[in-house]
Amino acid sequence: MIEFFNFYLIPGIVVGCIYALAALGISLTFGILRFANFAHGDTMTLGAYFIWTFVALVGMPPVVAWIPAAVLTIIIILACDRLFFKPLRQAPTVVLLIASFGFMLMLRSAIQLIWGVANRTLIPGIQQPWVFFDAIRIVPRHFWIVGAAIVLMVGLHLILTRTKIGKAMRATSDNPILARLSGIATERVVAATWIISTTLAVVAGLFLAIDTDVNTLMGYRMLLPIFAAAILGGIGKPYGAMAGGLVIGLAEELSVYHWLGDDPLISPAYKGGVAFAVMVVMLIWRPAGLGKGRVF
Amino acid sequence: MSLLTIETLSGGYGATDILHGVHLRLGAKEVVVIIGPNGAGKSTLMKAVFGLIDIRAGTIHLGKQDITGMATSRVVSRGISYVPQNQNVFATLTVEENLEMGAYLEKDPIGERLARIYELFPDLAEKRRAEAGTLSGGQRQMVAMGKALMSNPQVLLLDEPTAGLSPKYQDQTFAIVRRIHDNGTPILMVEQNAKQALAIADRAYVLVDGKNFADGSAREIRENRDIAKSFLAGAA
Repeated sequence: MIEFFNFYLIPGIVVGCIYALAALGISLTFGILRFANFAHGDTMTLGAYFIWTFVALVGMPPVVAWIPAAVLTIIIILACDRLFFKPLRQAPTVVLLIASFGFMLMLRSAIQLIWGVANRTLIPGIQQPWVFFDAIRIVPRHFWIVGAAIVLMVGLHLILTRTKIGKAMRATSDNPILARLSGIATERVVAATWIISTTLAVVAGLFLAIDTDVNTLMGYRMLLPIFAAAILGGIGKPYGAMAGGLVIGLAEELSVYHWLGDDPLISPAYKGGVAFAVMVVMLIWRPAGLGKGRVF
Repeated sequence: MSLLTIETLSGGYGATDILHGVHLRLGAKEVVVIIGPNGAGKSTLMKAVFGLIDIRAGTIHLGKQDITGMATSRVVSRGISYVPQNQNVFATLTVEENLEMGAYLEKDPIGERLARIYELFPDLAEKRRAEAGTLSGGQRQMVAMGKALMSNPQVLLLDEPTAGLSPKYQDQTFAIVRRIHDNGTPILMVEQNAKQALAIADRAYVLVDGKNFADGSAREIRENRDIAKSFLAGAA
């Protein structure tokens, strides 16, 4: 039981929080810009490399370094939005989807050119876990990841429900023509969406880098589970994406627990397939997701 | 002096023209109703004012200002409010959030405006925290109109405000249109319930196949037998 808690449940929650943050960005851009942004994973990677750079070269602690890293990433994403996505704003969704796929490849190649393909470590060494009741072990970084993820999700909720721009984002996602007819300037809403989703991506990149390491495929490998999370929660629905992230993270980790006998339920090598299975089942059984989102 | 002037307007969606040289004017303090069969281009004409269709020829003026083909948000900021026929509320936003979005361009606090709308539509005050998508058709129409009024518009455009409503809500809607007009807001509306609409209108235009078929005072249009027979079903 303790083993289940320490090695399956807690890591599941941690991974779930990272998925949730990343899926939120996918869900927001889908709701407002109306395309599935394949470049979101590599936005995480870019953010993580900026963080690593500030940590390695300037000596900032990671918890500070993510701020200038997020600013830089946001500037790059906003510039690329103007270059690649703005001319296609009225184009069919599939054109934007392919454009984001191309942008994803460009982004990753640029990262590999600039930083190389070697793995980098953000926090060297092994952290001693906190031990509760002689049994429950929680690594401090896991505690902070989950805590910060909760703070960010509450913060996003407040932005979406309490601020004028947040309400305008929800209005645009709900009915873009009526939003224009209300005088909402679409481009400002689009900029706000990129800023928020990129910030969430950089923080997700930070957490993933802290939990594992920094490498050029880290964000790309996240794409499948975060799309699965966004679809599970109903794409375009931020609260669904949060729940979806947690469910996918837990499902992945718990699927390798030895529920029956001594062997893992499924081999850890197939862990990634769990997210895929959830996504396929959802698309067949309930394409609008649990949160009644938009259908592709 | 007319507030909204449309002259020889042609346009539509892509290569297909729906409007062919339409003219219309709305005077300050007037209620003008557009009637005509389905597909006559009534809604398209309203969309043209907001830059939502492709305009090929003609002009639209607000007062002396040329607003032909101007970006939607700029037209809105000039003081024209529009209630589309369908999907005219943000279904996933609360009633109050819908009203707030109506005053999106307003920089100052909007508490007073909200209070005024709740006074005009008391039903909405109780439902202010409900999602607009959960309301009945009549209440949703009230949200849509209240939202449009939140910007204190100079001109209000209503596209079939009573479509799909029960008779009770239809009467209520016409009463509200009357009240909005009594407050001095000029109104241009497209309406299927031509008889009731003509009863509260000053003037009317009949549109057929994207062209002006007839226009005149509401009384003239109501008493014109040809029009009554062709377009005012059940109006006799």
